[in-house]
Amino acid sequence: MSRLSITSLNQVEAVLDGIYKYMDRHMTFNPKDTCPIDISAAFLKLYMTQSCGKCTPCRVGLRQLSFLLEKVLNNEATLDDLDKIEHLARHISISADCAIGSEAAKMILKGVTGFRDEYVSHIEKGICLAERTESIPCMAACPAHINIPGYVALVGEGRYADAVKLIIHDNPLPAVCALICEHPCESRCRRTLLDAPINIRGLKRMAIDHMQDIPSKKLSASTGKKIAVVGGGPSGLTVAYYLQLMGHQVTIYEKHKQLGGMLIYGIPAYRLPRKYLQGDINQILGLGIETRLNTEVGSGDLTIENLRKQYDAVYVSIGAHQAKKMGIEGEDSEGVISAVDYLGKLGDNEFVDFSGRKVLVVGGGNVAMDCARSAVRCGAESVTIVYRRRREDMTALEEEIEGAIAEGVNLLTLHAPVKVEVKDGKAAALWAKPNMAGKIAGGTRMKPVPTGAQDIRIDCDVIIKAIGQEMDPKPFAESDIPLSHGLISASDWTTIESYPGVFAGGDCVTGPKTAIMAIGAGKVAAANIDEYLGFHHVIEQEVSIPEVVLKDREYCARTDMTERAPSERRNDFKLVEIGMTEKEACQEAGRCLRCDHFNCGIIKGGRSEW
Amino acid sequence: MVNIRINGQPYAVEENTSILDAAAQAGIRIPTLCYMKDLNKIGACRVCLVEIEGRDQLFAACDNVCTEGLSIITNSARVMDARRINLELLLSQHRTDCPSCARNETCRLRQIAAELDIRNLEQYQQDYKVKPWSQAVPIIRDESKCIRCYRCVAECEKVQTCNVWDMVGSGSHTSVGVAGYERIEDSNCVFCGQCVTHCPTGALSVRRDLDKVIGYKGVLNDPTKVTVIQVAPAVRSAWGEEFGLDGSFATEKRLAAALHKLGFDYVFDTNFSADLTIMEEGTEFLHRMQHKEDYKWPMFTSCCPGWVRFLKKQYPDMQQQLSTAKSPQQMFGAITKSYFAQRIGVAPEDIVCISVMPCSAKKAELEIPNINDAKEGVKDVDISLTTRELCDIMKVYQIDINALEEEEFDSPLGTGTGAAVIFGSTGGVMEAALRTCYYVMTGNNPDADETFKAVRAAGSDKPWVEAEYDVAGTKVRAAVVNSLGHTRQLIEALRRGEAEYDFVEVMACPGGCVGGGGQPIHFNEEHACDRAQIIYDYDRANVLRFSHENPDVQALYKEFLKEPCGELSHHLLHTEHTGWEA
Repeated sequence: MSRLSITSLNQVEAVLDGIYKYMDRHMTFNPKDTCPIDISAAFLKLYMTQSCGKCTPCRVGLRQLSFLLEKVLNNEATLDDLDKIEHLARHISISADCAIGSEAAKMILKGVTGFRDEYVSHIEKGICLAERTESIPCMAACPAHINIPGYVALVGEGRYADAVKLIIHDNPLPAVCALICEHPCESRCRRTLLDAPINIRGLKRMAIDHMQDIPSKKLSASTGKKIAVVGGGPSGLTVAYYLQLMGHQVTIYEKHKQLGGMLIYGIPAYRLPRKYLQGDINQILGLGIETRLNTEVGSGDLTIENLRKQYDAVYVSIGAHQAKKMGIEGEDSEGVISAVDYLGKLGDNEFVDFSGRKVLVVGGGNVAMDCARSAVRCGAESVTIVYRRRREDMTALEEEIEGAIAEGVNLLTLHAPVKVEVKDGKAAALWAKPNMAGKIAGGTRMKPVPTGAQDIRIDCDVIIKAIGQEMDPKPFAESDIPLSHGLISASDWTTIESYPGVFAGGDCVTGPKTAIMAIGAGKVAAANIDEYLGFHHVIEQEVSIPEVVLKDREYCARTDMTERAPSERRNDFKLVEIGMTEKEACQEAGRCLRCDHFNCGIIKGGRSEW
Repeated sequence: MVNIRINGQPYAVEENTSILDAAAQAGIRIPTLCYMKDLNKIGACRVCLVEIEGRDQLFAACDNVCTEGLSIITNSARVMDARRINLELLLSQHRTDCPSCARNETCRLRQIAAELDIRNLEQYQQDYKVKPWSQAVPIIRDESKCIRCYRCVAECEKVQTCNVWDMVGSGSHTSVGVAGYERIEDSNCVFCGQCVTHCPTGALSVRRDLDKVIGYKGVLNDPTKVTVIQVAPAVRSAWGEEFGLDGSFATEKRLAAALHKLGFDYVFDTNFSADLTIMEEGTEFLHRMQHKEDYKWPMFTSCCPGWVRFLKKQYPDMQQQLSTAKSPQQMFGAITKSYFAQRIGVAPEDIVCISVMPCSAKKAELEIPNINDAKEGVKDVDISLTTRELCDIMKVYQIDINALEEEEFDSPLGTGTGAAVIFGSTGGVMEAALRTCYYVMTGNNPDADETFKAVRAAGSDKPWVEAEYDVAGTKVRAAVVNSLGHTRQLIEALRRGEAEYDFVEVMACPGGCVGGGGQPIHFNEEHACDRAQIIYDYDRANVLRFSHENPDVQALYKEFLKEPCGELSHHLLHTEHTGWEA
C-alpha cells in the first residue's frame, strides 16, 4: 500500500478543464444585451457548485438566494423578496466560512445595488429592461456600426472594391481604419465562442490593398446650406464627407498645415503610412469640400460665434492636442518635450535626430509606445519607457508593447518620476521612486505605492512626456460653448443644449479616445445636422451582400497579420504590418459566423441605410 | 439557374431560390410555422429543417437559398426526428387547452402536431407562463399560447408599420410583448387585428363578446330587449369560409336567413348606412370643395376606425382632414336608436344594437366617448361581433346552412345598393362617393361599371392607387390606399408635398375590410382579393347602383333627417374626431 500518490488529471477533470476554458470564451464574449439578473442567477449557480458544502450560509444560503432570483426572473417576486435577497446576501457575505460563499454573496449584492432598476422592473412590471441591441455583435460594438459581416463576406468572395464601398457607407476613412482601428468589433465577435474572433481589421486591410478604384459617390441635389467644421481630424472629416454627400456645402477649418488631426500628428507613419491617410482624405475632399488650413478658430475675428453667424451649422471637432503636465521639478527644462510636440513634428515630416541620445518616455499608453518606437527610428542610442504601474496595467495594446520591446525599447515599470535633474539648463537625468503593486481600488485598478527603497537616477538626454492629453480650451475662452472637466459638454446626439446649431464630437468631447469613436461621432453628427437643417437625406447602400454558405461550424484558428522583422523595421518609418495573402483572407473570411443571417441578426439586423 | 438535388432527384432552379420554394416547385412539402412569404424568413421555429448532404448541421429551408450543387434531403430520419422534437419543445411552452381555444379549428400548431404525429405531450415538462391582459381592448394576448414565431412582430412592423409587438426579455426568457414595454392601451396599436389573423395559434385573438349575445344572460335570452343586428358588407364575402362553403352558396340572403333563425328581432344590413354615409360624406366633400380655402386637403374618409386611430396617434395635426361623417356602423346605431326606435315605438334603451363586422377595431369604435348621439346615456351600438364570432354563434345554434333557403333582410334598414356593398373592398367607399358626387354635380348617373373603375385598388401592386376626374368642370383628384404601411407612405408623400389629392380613402387592413382582422383565418393564405371579387359581383347584381337611389335612405331623409348634412344629420351622423384621446 502506497502512502502517497501523484496528483494526475483523470478523464472527467480533463474534459471539465476543457469546458472551463470554453466558458472563459463566454466571459470574453459578454454580450451587453443580456438580462443582468439572469446572468447573476447563472453565476450564482456556478458558485454553488464550487461550495465545499460545510458551512450553513454558503451551502443553504446561496441555494435560497438562487430560489429568490428565480422568483424574480419568473415575475413572481415582490419588493419584500428584493429586501430579502439583499439581507440574505449581506448575511452570507459576512458569515460564510470561506471566500466562495462571501464572494458569491458580494456578486449578488453588487447587482442589487448596481442594477436595482432591473430588479424593480422585473418585480413591479414583469418586464426585463435588457434591450436587444447586439443581434449582430460586431456591428453593435463598432461606433460607426459598419456592416461588418457584409464586407467580410465580400472580401471572402474577392469583391474588394464592393467591400470598401460597403465600409464607406458608414465610415469614410476605410484605409485608416484598416491600419490603425482598435477594432472593438473583434472583442464582441461571436466566433470567440468557438475559437477566436475574426481578424476583421486584417480583412479590411485586404480589401484596401487589393481594391480597384472606387468611383466617387453622387452628391444629393444642393441644399444651399453651409456648414463649418472646426478641426479636420477623423471626426471632422467624417461629418464633412456625409454632409457634403447630402448636398450641403462644408468648409473645414484646420489649425495645422495638414488635415488628419491625430491620424497624422499622433500616429507614426510606420503604423499609418501617409499614402493611406492621403487616399482617404483625397476621396473625402473629392466631393467638393472646402478647406482652410493653417487657420485657427478662436483667434481674432474667427470665433465660433462668428462662424455660427456665417454658416447654417457648425461642428466642433478640435480633438485633444494639449499635453498634460507631469507636475514635477525641472519639467520645463530643455530636453523635456511632450508627445504631442514630438509626434506633431514627425507628422509634418520634420526629422528629429536622436542619434547618440538616451531617450526616456514617461507613460504607459499607446502614445507612449508610439513615441518610444519612433524614438528608436530617430536613431536614439537607447529608449526606455518609465511607468509607475506594472506592464499589465498599461493601457497600450499588448501588440504595441510587444512591438516596442522587439524593437529594443526597455521597460522600467513600477517607477514614478519625481524630479528632472537639470544640468546647464538641460535635462540630464530623471529621478524615479520605486513603487510596489498595492490595493485594488474599487476592485478594478491597482494603486501603486512606494516600496520604501531609495529613488533612482536614470541618466538621459531627452524625456518625452506621454502621460495624457486634453483639449485646448483657448478657442472657447469667450464663447457660449459650455465646458466641463476641460471638455465640451455635448449630448450623445452631438448637440450642445444651450447653443442650437452648434454640434461637437470626437476627442474634444470624450477626451482622447480612438479614431473609430471620433468617426462614429462624426456620422451621428452628420445625420443630426441634416435633420437640424430640416432635411432627412438617406444614405443608401447599394452593394449586394453575398448569401451565406451552408456549412458546418468547424473549429479553425484565427489568422493574424505578420510583421516585418524588428531588426529591419526599427531603421525606417515604413509600414510594420504585412497584409494577408488571398488564401489567408479567404480562410479568415470563411470563419465568419454570419450573424447578419443566423441568430437574431436576420430579424433585427441588416440595416442598410441611415 | 443553379442545379440542385432534392432527395436525390436533380432539379434546376433560379439562383437565390429559397430551399422551401425549390422544394415546393418540385412538389415536395416542407412544414412551416414561423415563415411568412416576404415578411418573416427568420428560421426561428425550426420546423422546416432540412439536411444538406455532407453537413452535420441541419438548416432551415425558409431562410436559406439554393446554390450550385446543393443536395437537399427533406425526408431523412434525422430531419423527421429534428422537426418532431422541435414541435414537442414548442408544445412544452404552449398551453394546450385546444377544445376551449378560439383557434381550435384553425390552429397551425395543432395541425402540424397532428401531421407529424405528435402523440405524447408529456415528453417534456410543461413550461408556459400565464400573464394578465386587459379585457378593455379588443386585441387579447395569451402568453401561455405564444410560440415566439414573431409573425405578429413582422406583420405589425412591415405591413402596418405600427411596431406594436417586439421581442422582449432576454435569453431563454425571451418572448413577445408590447414594444417599449408599454401597456397595449398606451402603444401604437390601432386594433386592426392583423397580428391576430397572422398568429398561428390562439396567442393573439380578438376579444370574444358573443357571450353578451348568446350567453345565459345574453341579450338574445332577454325578453325585455329588442335585438337589432346589422351585417357589414365584407362579412357576406367571407362567412361561408368558416363552413367550407362557396360564396355563391353562402350568400347575403342565406346569411339573413341564418340570422332570422338565430332569433334576432330585426335583421338589417350595414349596407343601408353605407349608402347613408355616402349621402353625408359626399355632401360634405362637395361642400369642402366649394369652400376650398377653408379646409386643409385632402379630405380623408373616416369609416375605418383603425385608420382614424392611426391618424390620431401618428399625425394628430391632420385629424381635422378626416370627414366628420361617422362610420356606417355608428350611423346605423344612431339611426336605429332614433328614427327606428320612434317608428317601432320602443325606447332606445330597450333596443340592443349589435353589429357583425369583419373588424376588431369596431369593438373599440363603439366605445369612443363622444360617439353616442341618439340618447343621453345610451350607446348607439352596443355590441360588435366579428365575422368569426357570428359563425361561432351559428355553430353553437347548430344552424344547418345547407338546409337554409335564402331570405331578404328586414325593412326599413335592410336595403342597400351596389354602391354600399363595395365599401367592403379597398376603393369601394371612394367609388361609391364618386358615383353620387357625379350625379349631384351633373344631374346624371355615371356608368356604374366603368366610369370610376380606376379606383378599384384590390390586387394593385402599387402602394396606392390614384385617379383624376373632371366632373362637370371640377377636377377631383382621388387616391385610395389600404394597409397602414402604404398609408404611412402616402401621408409622408403628402406632407413632403410630393403628392396632392382632394379626396383620399384609407382602409387600415390589406385589401380593405374584406381582409379585416375579424375575418376567417387561413394560415399563410391571403383571401382579400377573392373576397373583393364576391363584393363586386354583389354590386353588379344589384339593380340599385347608387347610394342616392336607396329608397329607404330617401325615405329617411324625407321623413326624418330632412337633408344631408342638415341639422339633425350633424347631430346624429357626424362626430368630432378631436373630441377624444386615441
